Amino acid sequence: MARQSTYTPAYAVRSVAAWGVALLLFFPLGWLMLTAFKTELQAIAVPPELFFSPTLENFHEVNERSDYLQYAKNSVITSVLSTIFGLMIAAPAAYAMAFFKGKHDKDILMWMLSTKMMPAVGALVPVYVLAQKSHLLDNPIALIIVFTLSNLPIMVWMLYSQFKEIPREILEAARMDGATLWQEARLVLLPLAMGSLASTGLLCLVLSWNEAFWSLNLTAANGGTLATLIAGYSSPEGLFWAKLSAASFMAIAPIVVFGWFSQKQLVQGLTFGAVK
Amino acid sequence: MKRTLPRLLMAPAVSTLFLWMIVPLVMTIYFSLIQFNLLQPDQSDFIGLENYEYFMTDPSFGAAIMNTLMLLGSVIGITVVFGVLIALLVNEPLAGRGLVRILLISPFFVMPTVNALLWKNMMMNPIYGVFAQVWIFFGATPIDWLTEVPLFSVILMVSWQWLPFATLIFMTSLQSMDREQLEASRMDGANFFQQFRYLYIPHLGRSVAVVVMIELIFLLSVFAEIYTTTGGGPGDASTNVAYLIFKQALLNFDAGVASAGALFAVVLANIVGIFMIRMVGKNLDK
Repeated sequence: MARQSTYTPAYAVRSVAAWGVALLLFFPLGWLMLTAFKTELQAIAVPPELFFSPTLENFHEVNERSDYLQYAKNSVITSVLSTIFGLMIAAPAAYAMAFFKGKHDKDILMWMLSTKMMPAVGALVPVYVLAQKSHLLDNPIALIIVFTLSNLPIMVWMLYSQFKEIPREILEAARMDGATLWQEARLVLLPLAMGSLASTGLLCLVLSWNEAFWSLNLTAANGGTLATLIAGYSSPEGLFWAKLSAASFMAIAPIVVFGWFSQKQLVQGLTFGAVK
Repeated sequence: MKRTLPRLLMAPAVSTLFLWMIVPLVMTIYFSLIQFNLLQPDQSDFIGLENYEYFMTDPSFGAAIMNTLMLLGSVIGITVVFGVLIALLVNEPLAGRGLVRILLISPFFVMPTVNALLWKNMMMNPIYGVFAQVWIFFGATPIDWLTEVPLFSVILMVSWQWLPFATLIFMTSLQSMDREQLEASRMDGANFFQQFRYLYIPHLGRSVAVVVMIELIFLLSVFAEIYTTTGGGPGDASTNVAYLIFKQALLNFDAGVASAGALFAVVLANIVGIFMIRMVGKNLDK
């Protein structure tokens, strides 16, 4: 396309409008980040203070008072392990459906997606009772199992739609050359599927990290994730904005930054490749 | 013989998902027919459909359904409309597009509990909140968002979270538009609105379907935002079906009634799901 008309008045207007919208949408988050570096008095100052000398005091206090590291550890453990287990279960299934076409593949895929339509509350009481009976309440293991299972349908879907794009001829050629099934999977398929596995894993990681329903209902101080920790600040006595902001900042920063770098993969994954 | 390997590969996924579906379902049906209090798990008498009756005649029930549908409809409407508009805005070249993208997409990665507390305290607080300051600046009386317009407040928070998602999908979709076709239509004298109607909208159809589907899945079970802000109140003003069941189960400890409610939620989700699957199925056939 011709680029000569780039710097026109329309370009300027569009830029200003886009920046306006972007800043407006980002504002609550930016405000939270600013507040994290304020003192409590500055945080509730009227009118709000835009310029101040930043302090790290809140971060220290959150760490000392609320065992932040314990919750962060649980967040990392539950999201990473559920992602790994999910990939281990979902990848073979997606591979089978994409490369050995069966009559019922589509039915199976639809059925899997339909399990996702069952709202989490539908399973709340049974899962709670099962966790209670097996002494897994307030234990990260319960969350790992639940996260793995609830993300599984989406993972199979994502992987399936991405595996489908891999030309089958490549695998057939390898087979012709006498590759065993294992060699075929490891040497040919795996390198080709790395991107799909990564984007699926990314999404699963984001979903598990941010998951709040099960964390709030199945865990407390020992097995809780960062989502649980933050919800603990909702009680009125915990109303210290600067500290709340600092805790929130630490809870979301890793995954937000992570999200910035993986936008493209996330779109591909989330839309099952239907939107290009 | 040839089907052995694929079956073997699919077995773990299919069997675990089947258990994940059937075990809770059977247990829920069983619990819904007995008197079951989580504090006295040993006393369980068969009471037939009493739990269902109780749940359905609960005055909160109708409100919860209405709120669930309102939340679904509003958030999907807001995110699709504004998502398309923003995507169109940032689709053309502009200064610092990369950074604009990052700013726009960020709210999607914020965990719901943080989202809720951020809005509750820093935005919507009637005294110190940013909204209150803006209201005062314009000489208006600040409102107490969470008590005066609780459902709207929740809708606002959830929309803030999902608008970036819709925008991101639409942005991606717009990038694959046929540039030459657009050029040609401009040559032929089509104005922006004609282009919008006859080129952009048809092109975006599929991505709208995807956005609606994904949002349906996640918005039916909005929970953390309500749990951390309004607690479903005041009254039932911001209670959705998910929150109502949670209240019965873990606040009232009445697992029997909660299970009856859960089955209802499953039915509701499946009604919504049938529409969704039709839509996606059509889109997948290509």
